[in-house]
Amino acid sequence: MFTIVEKELLAPGIHKLQVQAPLVAAKAKAGNFVMVRVHAGGERVPFTIAGHDPKRGTITLVVQEAGKSTKAIGMLSVGDVLLDVVGPLGTATPIEPVQRLVAVCGGIGVAPTLPLLRAFRDKGTQILTIMGARTRDLFILREEVESVSHEVIYVTDDGSSGAKGLVTDALTELLEEGRKFDQAVAIGPARMMQATCKVTEYYGIPTIVSLNAIMVDGTGMCGACRVTVGGETKFTCVEGPDFDGHKVDFEELILRQAFYREEESRITVESQHGGEDCQCHSS
Amino acid sequence: MSLKLATRVDMPKQPAEERRYNFDEVTLGLTPEQAKAEARRCLNCKTRPCVSGCPVEVLIPEFLALVVQGQFEQAQAKIQERNSLPAVCGRVCPQEIQCEQRCVLAKRGEPVAIGMLERFVADYAREAELRVVNRPQVKEDSPCIAVVGSGPAGLSCAAELAKRGYSVDIFESLHETGGVLRYGIPEFRLPEAIIDYEVDYVRSLGVNIMTNVVVGLSVDLQEMLDSGRYQAAFIGTGAGLPYFLNISGEALNGVYSANEFLSRANLMKAYRFPDYDTPLKVGRRVAVVGAGNVAMDAARVAIRLGAEEVTIVYRRTREEMPARLEEIEHAEEEGVQFRLLANPIRILGNERGYVRAMECATMELGEPDASNRRRPTVVPGSEFILELDTVIIAVGQGPNPLLTKRLEGLALNEKGNIVAFDDYGATSLLGVWAGGDAVSGAATVISAMGAGKRAAEGIDLWLQSRGEECCTDD
Repeated sequence: MFTIVEKELLAPGIHKLQVQAPLVAAKAKAGNFVMVRVHAGGERVPFTIAGHDPKRGTITLVVQEAGKSTKAIGMLSVGDVLLDVVGPLGTATPIEPVQRLVAVCGGIGVAPTLPLLRAFRDKGTQILTIMGARTRDLFILREEVESVSHEVIYVTDDGSSGAKGLVTDALTELLEEGRKFDQAVAIGPARMMQATCKVTEYYGIPTIVSLNAIMVDGTGMCGACRVTVGGETKFTCVEGPDFDGHKVDFEELILRQAFYREEESRITVESQHGGEDCQCHSS
Repeated sequence: MSLKLATRVDMPKQPAEERRYNFDEVTLGLTPEQAKAEARRCLNCKTRPCVSGCPVEVLIPEFLALVVQGQFEQAQAKIQERNSLPAVCGRVCPQEIQCEQRCVLAKRGEPVAIGMLERFVADYAREAELRVVNRPQVKEDSPCIAVVGSGPAGLSCAAELAKRGYSVDIFESLHETGGVLRYGIPEFRLPEAIIDYEVDYVRSLGVNIMTNVVVGLSVDLQEMLDSGRYQAAFIGTGAGLPYFLNISGEALNGVYSANEFLSRANLMKAYRFPDYDTPLKVGRRVAVVGAGNVAMDAARVAIRLGAEEVTIVYRRTREEMPARLEEIEHAEEEGVQFRLLANPIRILGNERGYVRAMECATMELGEPDASNRRRPTVVPGSEFILELDTVIIAVGQGPNPLLTKRLEGLALNEKGNIVAFDDYGATSLLGVWAGGDAVSGAATVISAMGAGKRAAEGIDLWLQSRGEECCTDD
């Protein structure tokens, strides 16, 4: 039983869950993910593991309400169960001991970044984190990020907190000032990762990205999540989700991510309009 | 008076014009009268070639005799002595190249319809809600066996081990049981209710099935054996890794592996979207590349999902198609078209990254190749364009390396299949057996079941021999 033992609202529509999944918790490493099916008839949805506690047998998931399944998770309470949770899937990211790392996180991308940062910190790496969000209220997990980073820079689209602008502006500024990094991590929306990789490639900083491709099974069986990395086809679910960002064909990833957008919004709207009390169409 | 033999029964089917709009089963099964009359055609010959034509050696003449007498429950029990999934096998086995091909009456072109009768008996038992009479006794201290995968090989192995008194845990990576039976074979060929029923039978033998566990990732097989929790293991992980063509344009939106297309439709029930959440875009014009059973299944699912034109694109001719003749005929009746001697060169997309066409070359057949099929070669200057929205690649599957690459010391062949060192499926690792598609490469349900069953025998023999060694120490 994949029982939700803790649930916290981090920001409007963004939830942090502790879920009982002892097998996953026992084997999880930074970069792994789980496939979750919330209810019968639901989709299998991938979530990067944002933390794990082998002793308690729990894993941490950070879920942003977007489609039908994530909205359904938003409705669940402590004591409720997720129907299916399977993992840890994917290839754990090899953590090379480096001196100085810059992490660039957009939106809830900070959640999958945290396990990587913890792993790097444990190797003695100095970490500077740039966190970006649309607006101040959407920053999440600030305490956790601050505890693991030696320096944190906040950036918002609207200037409500930190500098106004994009994470890549902040990154470029640092690099222009002459700050040196041996390694970068960029996790967030595909466009953000792509833009960050352009900057880090220019400055010659190896960059780990985490790709959120469409998946069905998550175990290499369907090939839906194939991406081109360094000119070769890779299955994100097995060989990723973390890859060398300088080799990823982001344009292809972005096109593929959009394939089912119409259908997704259709079921999401229908689920919101569902139920007998729905007055949406009454005149 | 000359001996006149009755003609072989014809299975009633849903008319093609109706069934192409629904996912209900195509073939409708026999009535008890039809079944009795068909079973009566068995000559009860001494040589029983049909039995040796069956990978699990079902006692065919015996069960047919019980059908003649109308003792359908006993017939079911007789089949289940050797075959744990009769309702599945009665539907998807290629009887025409197995038991029925060996039937003495086949020489006259009309073998006993063994497959239809097996299905009849199993369906009768299911509808009558017959439950297992003899649940085997699992002793408290009986050795425990781990079975990886709940597909045909794993289910068959587990059932056989349970019948022999072992305690069995099956580990399944998906959220549902059945493996390829569930994700691969469509509802109209193998209804889900049938899979549920057969899996319940295996459970009723005392087998424990754990879904959502990926052996190799969630748990470590070597650790499970080393810790003494399990005394032996069977790997039946199937052929779950889809092959692509490695031509340009395969990353375009609208290109599917058959595995993805069928998993969405079957496992995730996308054909009932939006009642089920998983979507499946089929498009107006669909090409399915390949001509095996998987290709036919994908083409027939596409027809049912409303595609206007569905075309099988195959580089050889009809004669070389690997699919069962029955599946090819059903597909054709339902409106699937065939573009033979055509080989895809590249897939073309529009400015939004969606498939718009596929360029193919015309082929001609030359000398027979290693697979004993005539090798297709390109006719120079014969390229042509098929305008399409969707391309489904159904050119085969390989073994999924998730588990095998994490098992140190497990011998694999150059294709990544597990090497079996004897007929029981013993692997290079002590205490580990393997069988089904993970060993043979993509093959049939029944050959996987045969391999699973033989592995159970091998495990039993091995554990007994070890047990004897223990005893001599006393």
